[in-house]
Amino acid sequence: MQSVLECHRISKHFPGVKALDEVDFKVRAGEVHALIGENGAGKSTLVKIITGIYPPDAGTILKNGETVEFRNPIASQMAGITAIHQEATMFPELSVTENIYMGHHLTRSGSRLLDWKRMKLKTRSLLEKLELEINPDTKVKDLSIAKRHMVEIVKALSLDARIVIMDEPTSALSLREVEDLYKIIRQLRTEGQAIVFISHKFEDIYEIADYFTVLRDGRYIGEGKVAATKVDTIVQMMVGRSLKQMFPKTQAQLGDTVLKVEGLSKTGFFKDVSFDLHRGEILGFFGLVGAGRSEVMQAIFGIDEVTSGEITIKGRDVHISSPSQAMDHGIAYVPEDRQLQGTILAMNIRENTTLPVVDRLSHYSFLDFNKEREITRQYGQRMEIKTSGWDQAVGSLSGGNQQKVVLAKWLATRPEILIMDEPTKGIDVATKARVHEFISQLAAEGLAIILISSELPEILGMADRIVVMHEGKITACLDRKEADSEKLVKAAMGNLLS
Amino acid sequence: MIKNNKYQPDRPHPLTRIADLLMTWEFILFVIFIVVIIVNSYLSPYFLDLFNILDTTFNFMEKAIVALPMIFVIICGDIDISVAGIIALSSLLMGMASVAGAASGTLVLVGLGAGLAAGFLNGFLITRFGIPAIAVTIGSMSLFRGISYAVLGDQAYTKYPPSFAFFGQGYMGNTIIPFELVLFIVLAVVFGLLLHRTTFGRKVYAIGNNATTARFSGVPVNRIRWIVFSLSGMMSGLAAILLTSRIGSTRPNIASGWELEIITTVVLGGVAISGGKGNIMGVIIGTFLIGFLKFGMGLINVPGKVMNIVIGFLLIFAIMLPGYIHALRNRILLIRQQEKPRYASSGQSE
Amino acid sequence: MRRREFSLFILILLLLIAVSLRAPNFFQLGNLYDIANDTSILIMVAIGQMMVIITGGIDLSVASGIALSGMSVAMLNQYYPNIPIFVIILISLSIGFLLGSFNGILVSMAGIPPIITTLGTMSIYRGFVFVLSSGEWVSAHEMTEEFRELPRGSLFGMTNLILAAVLLVLIFAVFLHLSRTGREIYGVGGNKVAAQFVGINLKKIHYLVFVLSGIIVGLSGLFWVSRYASAQNETAFGFELQTIAACVIGGVSIMGGTGTILGVVLGAMFLGIVNNALTVINLSPFYQMAIQGFVILVAIVANTLVDRRNQLAMLRKRKL
Repeated sequence: MQSVLECHRISKHFPGVKALDEVDFKVRAGEVHALIGENGAGKSTLVKIITGIYPPDAGTILKNGETVEFRNPIASQMAGITAIHQEATMFPELSVTENIYMGHHLTRSGSRLLDWKRMKLKTRSLLEKLELEINPDTKVKDLSIAKRHMVEIVKALSLDARIVIMDEPTSALSLREVEDLYKIIRQLRTEGQAIVFISHKFEDIYEIADYFTVLRDGRYIGEGKVAATKVDTIVQMMVGRSLKQMFPKTQAQLGDTVLKVEGLSKTGFFKDVSFDLHRGEILGFFGLVGAGRSEVMQAIFGIDEVTSGEITIKGRDVHISSPSQAMDHGIAYVPEDRQLQGTILAMNIRENTTLPVVDRLSHYSFLDFNKEREITRQYGQRMEIKTSGWDQAVGSLSGGNQQKVVLAKWLATRPEILIMDEPTKGIDVATKARVHEFISQLAAEGLAIILISSELPEILGMADRIVVMHEGKITACLDRKEADSEKLVKAAMGNLLS
Repeated sequence: MIKNNKYQPDRPHPLTRIADLLMTWEFILFVIFIVVIIVNSYLSPYFLDLFNILDTTFNFMEKAIVALPMIFVIICGDIDISVAGIIALSSLLMGMASVAGAASGTLVLVGLGAGLAAGFLNGFLITRFGIPAIAVTIGSMSLFRGISYAVLGDQAYTKYPPSFAFFGQGYMGNTIIPFELVLFIVLAVVFGLLLHRTTFGRKVYAIGNNATTARFSGVPVNRIRWIVFSLSGMMSGLAAILLTSRIGSTRPNIASGWELEIITTVVLGGVAISGGKGNIMGVIIGTFLIGFLKFGMGLINVPGKVMNIVIGFLLIFAIMLPGYIHALRNRILLIRQQEKPRYASSGQSE
Repeated sequence: MRRREFSLFILILLLLIAVSLRAPNFFQLGNLYDIANDTSILIMVAIGQMMVIITGGIDLSVASGIALSGMSVAMLNQYYPNIPIFVIILISLSIGFLLGSFNGILVSMAGIPPIITTLGTMSIYRGFVFVLSSGEWVSAHEMTEEFRELPRGSLFGMTNLILAAVLLVLIFAVFLHLSRTGREIYGVGGNKVAAQFVGINLKKIHYLVFVLSGIIVGLSGLFWVSRYASAQNETAFGFELQTIAACVIGGVSIMGGTGTILGVVLGAMFLGIVNNALTVINLSPFYQMAIQGFVILVAIVANTLVDRRNQLAMLRKRKL
C-alpha cells in the first residue's frame, strides 16, 4: 500500500548536536504507527520537521508519493497534517469552542461576522461524538490537564486532518481517559486516517499500534509490525544494549530511616501520601504524568505548602516552608524541567553551580569568586561536565551537560537526601548511563535517594523499592524483587496492588 | 579582576577580552558621552566651565540617586512607576513635620521613613498578592501623589529650618563640590558593590533571569523583591529630602514626570527591561550623559518640553540599539564558536 | 454578563444610591447628563487602551496624544476657521492614526516593549504640543462656534459626544466579539505561541491595536478641546492613568488575554461617578487623584483575591 506520508533520509542538526541522521519514516492510511525511542532519540525533532516548525537540513518528505516542502506550520496543516503537542497550546482565558476555532473561526454565510451558534454546535457534536463530557463554554483554564489534552485532540479533528500526530498523548491521562483515547484512535483509523503515535510506553504501543519505527540517537534503527515483535526486541532496538548493561545498580546496604512521610496531603494535588526512606536506598517513584509525584516532592522540599501531614527527618518532626529550610535539613531536589526549574541559562556554570550555596561561600555577604571557582571545579569535574571553561553560559551547553550542571549544583549542597525528578529525561543514552552509574555510587556512599521516573526500564533497573502513584494517591509499594512492568503499569493506571 | 595564573583555563584570552570590552554597551555609551561633551563645548562657551558643570549636577543628582535602586527593580524583572509619587508624599510629610516645628534631623528621618513605608507598601502588595508591579505602582503612584494634592491643593509648604537647606544646596566644606554629588558617588559605590559583589546582587540577577529556578535553588524570591521595592521607596525618600531642601518648598507637583526620566536613565544605561541584565557602570555613564545633554540644551536655550522630546527619542533609541548590538555580538560569537574544537557531548563516540 | 461585570454593576448602583442620599441633587437629570458627557471621552479612550492591554501591552501615550491632536485641530480651527467641521473630524482621525502608527511600528517592527515605547512617545507627543503652539493656548474665543458646538449638538436626545461614545462602544463590541481579527486580539494576548501556531500574524495585531487606540485618541482630542473650549500644553495631563484605572476596575487583566467592553464601560462609569460625586458632596477636586489611586489598588487586590478563591474552588472539585 502506498504510504500517505514518507520521510526519506531526513537529517537535522543544531549547534553542537546532530538531532537526526538520515532518518527514514513511512506511514500508511488507516494505520496507527508508533514512533518509538528514548528521550533524546529525535522523535520530537522529526515531528517538528513534519509539521513545518523546522526545515530539514537534508532529505525529502513525500505526501501520497509527491514531494512536499513545509515552510511553516500552516503549510503542514493545509496538507492535512495535524499535530497534538505535549505542551498545551491553548488559550486559557477563552472557551473550549474558541480554542478549537481560533485561527479559523466560522462566519455566517455571506458576511464577515462570526457564527458562534454554528461553532458551538459543531464543537458540541465533536465532543459528543467522542463521548467527552465537556461544556463548550467552559474556559480552558478551568479544565483539568487531562481534559485540556482531550480538547487538543478535538481541535485537531476539527481541522479534518488526514494524518494526526500525537506526542505522548497518554502521559497525563487516567485509566478511563486512556480508554477514551484508544476509542478515538480506533475510530480515526476506521475512517482511513493515519495516526502517528509517539511514545516510549509499551502498554500503549501494544494496545493500540499496528506498526512501529524505532529511532535511537537520531538514527533510524528499524521498523516492523507490533503484533509480530517481542517487547525485548523493541527494547534492544531502543536502547542499544541489554537491560543489565544499562543499569549497573549494585546491591545496596540499607541504613537507618532518614526520612519518614506520613499522611501528606495537599488539596487538589495529592492525598494521604506516606512512605519512608533509608540511607543508601534508591526509592523509585513511578506513575503517569500528573500522578502527583513531583508535587509531593516539591512539598517536601518546601516549594509548596501542604494541607496536612507530617515529615520526620532523622527522627525529628520538621516543618519545611521554604527550599532553604529544606536544604538546612539536608534535602536536595533536582527538578524535572532543567531549563525552567533547574538552571539559569543566561548565567554561567559557576554562577549556576554555586547558587544554592552562595551564602555559605561568601564572607559577610561578599562574594568569594575563588571559592566559587573551587567548588565549581570540584563538582564540575566529578560530574564530568564537558565545557571550555567555567565561565561558559549554561544555555550553550548540550542537554546532557546542562543536566550535569544541575546535578553538580545540588551535590555541592552536600545533601543527605537527594530527590531526583526525571533526571535522565531528554538526554542522550551515553550520558544517561553515566548518570545511572553515578546515582548508584551516591547511594553506595550513603545518600538516601528518591528517583522519580516514568521510564519502566530505568525504574526497574535502579530502584530498591518502588512506590507507584495514581491521581494523587499511592497505589503500590513494591520491593525490587517482586516488581515487574505489568504490576507497575497496572498500579500507575489506578489499580490498587496490595 | 584578580589576575591569577592558577585559574588561567577559566579565563578567555586577553585579546578576546579587549574586543569584548569594546563591544559592550557601556563603552558605546561612554563614546556617546564624549561626543555630547564635545558637541556641547562647541555649541556654548559656558559648557566646559568646572563650576558650571558641578553646578548643573544639582539638576540630576536626585534622579540619579533614585535610579540606583531602580536598577535592582528592573533587573529583578519588575518596575516601579511610583517613585515620583513617593517623592511627593515624602516631601509632603516633611513639610507637615516642619510646620509642626521639627528640626532638620527629624525631617531627614521623616523623609526616609515615609519613602521606606511607601516602598514597603508597594512590596507588600506585589509580593503578597502576586500582582504585577506595573499595576500596583500605577495605582500607588496616583495614591501617593494624590494624597499630596488632597492635603495641599494648590498651596505649598515653604517653611523649612535654615539648616535643612544644606542637603540640597550645600557644598563640601569650602570647596565647590556639591554635597549632593558626593552623596551620589558614595551611594553609587555602595549600590555598585551591592549589585556586583554581594550575594544579594547575585540573587537579584538570578531572580531576573529565571525566578522559578531561583526559587527552586533556595533564593527567597519574594523577600528579596520586597526589599528591593522598599529600597526604591527609601531612596525616593532621600531624593525628596534633597529636592525639597534644594527648592525650599513642597508642592504637590514636585518631581512631576520624574519616573520617566529615571527609568530612561536606567534603560539607557543598558539594563534590559525584561530583567536579568545590566550593570552599574552603564547607568552611571547614562546619568551623566543625560544630565550633560540637558545642561547643554539648556545653554542653547532649548525649552524644557523640547528636551523631553529628545529624552523620549533617546529612550526609544536606547532600547533599539542594544537589540541590534546583541544580535551583532551573537553573530560574531557564533562564528567564533564554530571555530572552536567541539567537545564530544552527544555520545556519538559509542 | 459574567459575574464580575454584574458585581461591578451592583457596586455602581450602590454608589449612586449612597451619593444621592448625601446630596439629593445628584440624581437630577442635569447632573446625570453631565456625568454621561464627562465620562464619554474616558469610555472611548479606555476602549482603545483595553485592546492594547489585552494583547499584553499598555499605551501610556494616550493623554499626550489627546493633547497633540487637540492642539493641532484647535490651531487649525483658529487659523483656518472656514474648514468645515467634518473635515476637522477627519483630520483628527488622521492625526490619531499617525500617532498610533508610530507606536505600533515601534512595537511590532522594532520589537520595543510597549511600556517603553509609550513612555517615550508620551514625552515626545507632549513635547510637540509645545513646539506646535510655542507654549500658547487656544482659548474659547479663538475657536469657531461650530467647533465648540461639536460635542453639544443634540441628536436623538443625546449630545454628539455621548452619541460618539455609544457608537464607538457598539462598533468595538461587534469588532471584538463578532469578527475574526477581534478574536485574534484575544488570541495573541492569551497565548502568543499558540496564536502563531494557528497562523495569526502577531505583528499585524500589535500594530493594529495601537493604530485603533491612536485613532480613538485623535477623535477624543478633538472632543476634549472643543468640550472644554481650550487647548493647552497641559491638556489631559495624567489622563492615561484614568484609562488604565477604568480598564483595571472593569476586570481587564494587566497581563492580557481578558477584558470586555461592558466591563470597561462600567469601570469608566464608576470613575466618572466618583469624580462627579466629589464635586457634588463638596469634596475638593484635589481628592480625585488619591481616590483614583486607592480605587485602582482595591480593584486589583479584589480581582486577585477573587481569582485565588476560584482557583481554590477548582482544586477542591478535583477528585480529593
